[in-house]
Amino acid sequence: MSGQSNYIPTSAVGKWFHERLPIYALLKETAIDFPTPKNLNYWWTFGGILTFMLLSQIITGIILVMHYTPQVDLAFAAKEHIVRDVNYGWLIQKLHEVGSSMFFMAVYIHMFRGMYFGSYKAPREVLWMIGVLIYLVMMATAFMGYVLPWGQMSFWGAKVITNLFSAIPLVGESVTTWLWGGYSVDNPTLNRFFSLHYLLPFVLAGIVGLHIWALHVPGNNNPTGINHKVGQDTVPFHPYYTAKDGYALALFMLFFAFWVFYRPDFLGHAINYEKANALVTPLHIVPEWYYLPFYAILRAIPSKLGGVIAMFSSILVLFVLPWLDTSRVRSGNYRPLFKGFFWVFVVVCGVLCFLGSKPAEGTYVIWARICTAYYFAHFFIILPLIGLLENPKPVPSSISEAVLAKRSNLKLAPAE
Amino acid sequence: MSTVTHDDKHDVEDAGKRDFLYIATGAVGAVGAALVAWPLINQMNPDASVKALATVEVDLAPIVEGQAVILKWRGNPVIIRHRTKAEIELAKAVKMEELVDSVARNANVKDGDAATDENRVVGGKQQFLVMMGVCTHLGCVPQGNLGDYGVVEGSAKTGGWFCPCHGSHYDTAGRIRKGPAPENLHVPKYQYLTDTKIRIG
Repeated sequence: MSGQSNYIPTSAVGKWFHERLPIYALLKETAIDFPTPKNLNYWWTFGGILTFMLLSQIITGIILVMHYTPQVDLAFAAKEHIVRDVNYGWLIQKLHEVGSSMFFMAVYIHMFRGMYFGSYKAPREVLWMIGVLIYLVMMATAFMGYVLPWGQMSFWGAKVITNLFSAIPLVGESVTTWLWGGYSVDNPTLNRFFSLHYLLPFVLAGIVGLHIWALHVPGNNNPTGINHKVGQDTVPFHPYYTAKDGYALALFMLFFAFWVFYRPDFLGHAINYEKANALVTPLHIVPEWYYLPFYAILRAIPSKLGGVIAMFSSILVLFVLPWLDTSRVRSGNYRPLFKGFFWVFVVVCGVLCFLGSKPAEGTYVIWARICTAYYFAHFFIILPLIGLLENPKPVPSSISEAVLAKRSNLKLAPAE
Repeated sequence: MSTVTHDDKHDVEDAGKRDFLYIATGAVGAVGAALVAWPLINQMNPDASVKALATVEVDLAPIVEGQAVILKWRGNPVIIRHRTKAEIELAKAVKMEELVDSVARNANVKDGDAATDENRVVGGKQQFLVMMGVCTHLGCVPQGNLGDYGVVEGSAKTGGWFCPCHGSHYDTAGRIRKGPAPENLHVPKYQYLTDTKIRIG
């Protein structure tokens, strides 16, 4: 969307600077004047919320590192020291820990929004794939961060997840030894996870830059899914969406604050307040809630390699989603059949999340298998088929028409 | 280049020299990158101090029949169990075709030897089962006297292991019988120094 900015420096200093580094023109073009569809709903505010969460995690993380020691004998005590002794450490540590849950909550809403409104479809495939990459890096970052407090769940979570790589035929064992820097999760592992946990958020920030770049080429999708015409269908990003995103962000921060101040430990595991012990596995080990659906898929398959393949496939399938959905209509609002299946899919993900938190026995395993089968069927059978079978509702010819139609409906409402 | 007043011969020589420099620089760059990459990758493998912790000696005499101890070797738990006669009998009665993994997984016997009860121990000392307490699925510590393949005497269960993480059952010889784990619990390299003393590693 280059050429949207009409920035002409007025002052002599501004002109002098603009000729040497036109950074303000770039900012004005991408974050102020950027033409944005005027009908974006609140589901669209999670991009901004996610940017805030990344920033919040980086800031609180940098502060935590000022008081932390990545050494197996000291790490557990260091975390307690932060919470008990460091000024406002209790707040900063919890903002970071609860923040990771908020970050994932927001990213899941953001992803489901993209799925419902067909935001992955042409011409936004690369935008979507960069998003999936961001999600993968987020998962790796959060996993390594969870190891740093060196509690029982940190240790055994790290051991189980790194052991996933031992399922690789032939080289599996060498790969896990290499990842650990030893024959088990130990001090070298903690050290390298600390190093990478510090690095990856900055990598994330870089990929987020690419994500926004890829977004600014076609511009935002919108609830109607039809292409916008610059001018009649759009408003400048600032002040319209800075205000809307800001309002949503304020509400989200209230939600965030509720967890931090009133339920700081609800999303974690009590067993992680016990120091890591390489000789005792906790009776029931589970990952953080945001990994549970994938954990359920891993355990649903009664074979080591098969389970690992299914788990990774369940995430990697998102990369090819743009080509699995055969419908030419983007927005789920105009796809009656898809709309139903979309919500079934959301519920199945929720059920998988619940099953991942339960022990892998009895009916839980059976349900996990059914849901795993459905999860993959949604991508490989249902999406391709309903695109061909369903009769989409007529889409409006322009965003303005859709917006005006909605308004006249609202006006009629009291008369009914 | 054609408008410059070089003679043709000079041009050709020059092009050859440029091609050579281009390819040579690229080759040096590629080989150099590969050479530098190796130390950067290999530094993550176990270092000298980790490898130095390679052996541990254990006195088996204090372990009474029916008792198991867990000790740490190279960061991992090693389970040593003094098995009862019933546990040994149960393990011996199992036919090879009933096993999920019919390979001994014992570092002290030949690769690929059958997972008979004899091949799960060292020196014919059937009573002492020494093996890694590392589930071959995803590395949790299996818990003793649990699972579907122990010796059942009334309400008590002896021998057999169960991994709480993902539900793998091991029998009284530490062999995988049910669940997602692909292999029998590994037996580390160890030798008898005396009749009741072993060195692991």
